[in-house]
Amino acid sequence: MNFDQFYSKKVLEHIRHPKNMGEIKNPDGVATVGNPVCGDIMRLFIKVKEGKISDIKFQTLGCGAAIATSSMITTMVKGKPLADVEKITKTAIAEALGGLPPIKTHCSVLAADALHKAIDNYRKNVSKTKK
Amino acid sequence: MKKIYLDNAATTPVSPEILAAMEPYFTNKFGNASEPHFWGQEARKAIDEAREKIANFLGAKPKEIIFTSCATESINLAHKGLIESIKYQVSSIKYPHIITSRVEHKAVLETCKHLEKIGWAKVTYLPVDKYGIVDIKDIRQAIRPETVLVSIMYTNNEVGTIEPIGKIGRLIKEINQSRISNLKSKIFFHTDATQAIQYLDCNVDGLGIDLLSFSGHKLYAPKGIGALYIRSGVPFVRQQDGGGQEYNLRAGTENVPYIVALGKAIELVEQNKVHSTKCIEKLKSKLIEGVLKISGVKLVGHPTNQAPHIATFIVEGAEGEAMLLLLSDKGIAASSGSACTSGLLKPSHVLTAMGYKPQEAHGSLRFSLGKDTTLKEIDYVVKVLPEVIKKLRKMAPKLI
Repeated sequence: MNFDQFYSKKVLEHIRHPKNMGEIKNPDGVATVGNPVCGDIMRLFIKVKEGKISDIKFQTLGCGAAIATSSMITTMVKGKPLADVEKITKTAIAEALGGLPPIKTHCSVLAADALHKAIDNYRKNVSKTKK
Repeated sequence: MKKIYLDNAATTPVSPEILAAMEPYFTNKFGNASEPHFWGQEARKAIDEAREKIANFLGAKPKEIIFTSCATESINLAHKGLIESIKYQVSSIKYPHIITSRVEHKAVLETCKHLEKIGWAKVTYLPVDKYGIVDIKDIRQAIRPETVLVSIMYTNNEVGTIEPIGKIGRLIKEINQSRISNLKSKIFFHTDATQAIQYLDCNVDGLGIDLLSFSGHKLYAPKGIGALYIRSGVPFVRQQDGGGQEYNLRAGTENVPYIVALGKAIELVEQNKVHSTKCIEKLKSKLIEGVLKISGVKLVGHPTNQAPHIATFIVEGAEGEAMLLLLSDKGIAASSGSACTSGLLKPSHVLTAMGYKPQEAHGSLRFSLGKDTTLKEIDYVVKVLPEVIKKLRKMAPKLI
């Protein structure tokens, strides 16, 4: 596999220098998703302030594409209102990365899934505290 | 940046001596070996010499060696050629039975599946132990009256484990003796020796092998040339029809320069076997020693019963493709059995057959050494790999 031909420049950039990697202590929302197809695991932590994603961090065990999609999604949503963030699709993530090899599109599904689940988790936490 | 090639089990570069030996056969000595004129006879002589070198190496007769395009073709030809012959020429056997293992190369597994699909054979896929070794007792138990072929690889390409080829050969000989006295048809023994030919004893009589496949590009010959040893007397139907080349067993104008290259490659293997095995073994133990210092890393395959050039590890908390990518950034080429590198998104069938979980196979990393590997290169890998693993582990979620 020639990585420079297999992955776009953007993907490689995110793998080599991932953004927002790590964890958030006391996150407002967190989600861990796994991909049964290839075994990748992705975890997203979010902080929400005034209806916006104020901070986001990821942890991923997976291939290059899994790392790149996780890193990419954090840069796409940081500082954005939840309403906009919820509209982000797997296609948008793949496009932002300059495309993914067809066999790797499931990695963008994983990233979108993690994001939406982290927001769900945040909403659940909010409704709990209200009660 | 220095570049370090540790994927010699995938392929090797063509060595200068081999390139020089084959070169004249592209231009000046270009004849068709089937023609009686000078050019044709020159080509014929070159083919004969290469065939003789290979026959001598295997302890076989020259007419038992068939040139093919690669090991995959040899394997296809060995299985299909034998099975077709038995299926249509032995009336007492309706479904010839093949015994093979779950850790074979895809060339064997897919050929067997195909033979099952078209109704030419029934196949038993034997399990292996945690080292990837087939149990002789399992082979004995799997044998049925219709069993005609046992196909077990010599050395596993993913983990380097050596199968008990000599013992299997003896078992089959023993069973065949009682079969002959009962006028039953014989069992034949095929081995895929692709990863073994360079380093291990391949004397077909000593090992009791009837069919043996290998290719040139793992031995510093070019891609596109392989050979199949077929013991005289093995029932066989050719699978590629046309002219009478290769003793009527594989039609098509002979690829003279590549055949010359394979002959030269085997000659060099024979010359260098002892020395190169020792050197590579030494470098490999140095590599293993260094890599195992990293926590959460284990060696897979048999610890001693192993081909000298292959070292495969399972790294906890790091994924294979990501490791390959970061290693590649450091100039190092290796290989992995992770689902993400397979193109099919399935973890290595070899590691799963050995009992490793898909998530373990996810972190597999294979280094395979070659004649040009140096101690300096091994030291560099041992220095760089911990950083690569550390970087990926830092990225991964803590699961427990």
